[in-house]
Amino acid sequence: MGFFVDVVLSGVTNGMVFAAIALSLVLISRATGVVNFAQGAMAMFTTFVAYSLLVQGIGYWPTFFVAIAIGFVFGGVVERTLMRPLHGRSPLNPVIVTIGLLVVLEGAAGSIWGNTSRKFPAAFSQSGLVIGTTRVAFSPFDVFIVVAVLVLVAGIVALFRWTDLGLRMRAAAFSPEVARLLGVRVGRLFTLGWALACAAGSLAGLLIAPLTSFSPYYMDLYLIYGFVAAVLGGLVSPIGALLGGLTTGLAISFAGGYIGPDVEPMAALALLLIVLMARPQGLLGGSAARRV
Amino acid sequence: MTTSVSPPPVGDLAPEPSALRRLARSAERLRLPRQPLVRNLIFFVLGGAFFYVVTVSVSAYNDFQIGEIALYAVVLAGLSLLTGLNGQFSLGQGAFMIIGAYALALLQTHAPMNLALELVIATLVAAAAGVVVGLPAARLSPPYLAGVTLLLALGLPQLADQYGSVFGGEQGLTTTTPTAPGSISAEQWLAWIQIFCAMVVVLLLANLVRSRFGRNFRAVRDDEVAASVSGIHVARTKVLAFAISAGCAGLGGALLALSTGVVNVGEFPLSLSIALLAAMVLGGAGSLIGIWWGAVALVYMPTWSTSLSKHLSLGTSAAAYLSDAIFGAVLIVVILVAPTGVQGGVRWVLRRLWVAAVGQQNLRQATDGGERGEERT
Repeated sequence: MGFFVDVVLSGVTNGMVFAAIALSLVLISRATGVVNFAQGAMAMFTTFVAYSLLVQGIGYWPTFFVAIAIGFVFGGVVERTLMRPLHGRSPLNPVIVTIGLLVVLEGAAGSIWGNTSRKFPAAFSQSGLVIGTTRVAFSPFDVFIVVAVLVLVAGIVALFRWTDLGLRMRAAAFSPEVARLLGVRVGRLFTLGWALACAAGSLAGLLIAPLTSFSPYYMDLYLIYGFVAAVLGGLVSPIGALLGGLTTGLAISFAGGYIGPDVEPMAALALLLIVLMARPQGLLGGSAARRV
Repeated sequence: MTTSVSPPPVGDLAPEPSALRRLARSAERLRLPRQPLVRNLIFFVLGGAFFYVVTVSVSAYNDFQIGEIALYAVVLAGLSLLTGLNGQFSLGQGAFMIIGAYALALLQTHAPMNLALELVIATLVAAAAGVVVGLPAARLSPPYLAGVTLLLALGLPQLADQYGSVFGGEQGLTTTTPTAPGSISAEQWLAWIQIFCAMVVVLLLANLVRSRFGRNFRAVRDDEVAASVSGIHVARTKVLAFAISAGCAGLGGALLALSTGVVNVGEFPLSLSIALLAAMVLGGAGSLIGIWWGAVALVYMPTWSTSLSKHLSLGTSAAAYLSDAIFGAVLIVVILVAPTGVQGGVRWVLRRLWVAAVGQQNLRQATDGGERGEERT
């Protein structure tokens, strides 16, 4: 019983970070139809910058917010320099460019900081909470992860639902031509979408780094789990990303706990293939044709 | 396609034709036959002769590298077909190479038979895996397939650890290097086997491109709705293209296993899959000639990047990443600046020379003869 509870709890924690990555993928994908495979590497890079700042002796919280701000700027710059010139070409091209960016960033981080696994500090204690007499696999830092991701999702939902900016972003994503005719600066909103997505990705990077061995490649698997979560959620809505993240997190946690940690990626693959077979539009996605 | 071949006007354009012009004239008289099979067979024989001359005149180590170029060409041919002709792309070619390599090693360990048969079975096993993976993903847009294959490339190697009793864990499995007949060196014999496989694959694919299947691939790439309305089964076509590319990767993996003599998953990291994609894009997606540029880049990039990092006197940690980072930069730069790749550039230069030689009015005829074997994205 205790093991079962631990598996569920670690599934929830993992699910939350997958949701954060899924959200950053969804923000870009629904605006521009591009799946940003460099998302993980960009988050890795900003987290390494944060690590350098921490080593310099700057406190955790200033670093935390600086890293997210760097992610925001980084996303905007990538959209302007690498994505914009490809606008209107086959959707294959921007996706291939993001894969190139992934490799370049990993290579750059490897040559600057080396390929040694490090320990990234956590904001709170990482030893499990004690409930009654038993220690469960849920630490104060895990609580922080859950809260941070919930705040992120709520913030994004609020932005899209209740602000003028969010309405314009939805319009630009829904129909760029019509939105442009109505005076919406579509290009700027795409840049903003990328910037927001990469800020969310940076947050995910900061949350994940203490959970794993921290190296230039630490985001590879998390990116792809985030992708699974995003597809499960239908690649359209923040809530979908959250539910997709939780589903993926639990599935992977059970596969890892009961079969072995090495089958986790293949379990995610099986989950993804089953969902694509049964409900290609995702668990929450509508029935509208999604031709990216 | 059916322009009549009028005999080139002799002597009326310029009283003393330049050497280039004379060359173009004689090339025009020496037109290749129309039938794709005959044309491709001519290229097959010429390519085979070229490789024979090269392999017998270089050292054993270079033979080994030429064999590697050929096996990467096999992998790239499938990927190039998938992307250039069918508009999909895969990040999991390394995973399908693993499947082919392990299929060959398992066959040789448990049920050894004729090498040709073993290679065919390894190809078919990888192609079958391609159907399983492609079936759900190919119904959807390219990023899904990319994500699914990326997951495969990351996850499949770990299965070898989980089921170590079958796959030999981190040590992996061993393969038997084919014994060379007579006085031929082992490296040369192996290179010939690999080159022969590459030539056969390129020949088959070059014919496929010109067949009903090739036309279906292109129709689906250009407009799925229109293709579907024209009676093409879109999903089946995409899965077929994906399975062919997986089969090619499997054959390439099996050939690599013959080269290395041992199969373990450490040889097939994610960076290999990405390097394969980069090499294909570099050569020019969809071009069966372009893949050879990509294959050369794949084999020699480690050497080049080592000497480049020495030249730039980078630290050892930076040097280790340079090769991967160069492939990443290649992906970005080629897509942004020259989406048709090296072969696109070569074609452009050739066309310019041709125009200079025969004049604009003969260009249509010239391109009709010169570009039939290739496709562009």
